[in-house]
Amino acid sequence: MKFSVTHTAIDVDAAKKAVSDDACGALAVFEGWIRNHNEGQAVERLEYEVYRPVAEKEGSKIIDEAIERFGVSHAICIHREGLLELGDIAVIVCVSSPHRGEAFDACRYIIDQTKVRLPIWKKEHYVSGVSEWVNCEHCAAAGHSHGDH
Amino acid sequence: MKNTARYFALFREQAGCASEPVEWVGGTAADLFRLLAQRHESLTSEAAALVAINDEMAAWETALQEGDEVLFFPPVAGG
Repeated sequence: MKFSVTHTAIDVDAAKKAVSDDACGALAVFEGWIRNHNEGQAVERLEYEVYRPVAEKEGSKIIDEAIERFGVSHAICIHREGLLELGDIAVIVCVSSPHRGEAFDACRYIIDQTKVRLPIWKKEHYVSGVSEWVNCEHCAAAGHSHGDH
Repeated sequence: MKNTARYFALFREQAGCASEPVEWVGGTAADLFRLLAQRHESLTSEAAALVAINDEMAAWETALQEGDEVLFFPPVAGG
């Protein structure tokens, strides 16, 4: 499946292998990690909620769009759900193509669209004991865009 | 008209339930959300919220049909 959601740790080597192709000279990979801070708060762990029926359908559309728009050979995206710890990989995008330019562009497109179109939410659990849903309206209010994540 | 409303993440906490049947006069997905926001005081309208109907992403202006399941997604934050 081009876009998938998993409860278990993402296997980076398997993800890269899924797009391998002797005709491709470029592999662009984006890994999204759980970082230890957000907007001034120390983050302890993070919880992803995913509504799979729509996320998988819409996610596959994003991959198809990237392949068509940039002419890359193969692309996949895997997103975690459930409870994640600092340093865990939350999402991985792998794109292969004959040359690097289109691979970088398609990889960027897929992660950017994933952040704004898919029914995926994250709840941050702070060191202070408080937990909060992170939302992008909040980001807009704070004056930065999705591209800053 | 009878529809089912489903809430996710922040909206589920605000509404106090994951889903509920709704009997109403009918209208668009946006109309239904406005009605539900009146019933659940803490359910707040968000400009960046998304809506899906029967597991397909949809526009807020879509006219609902009898039996449609309407999914209310608060602002998303994947990645």
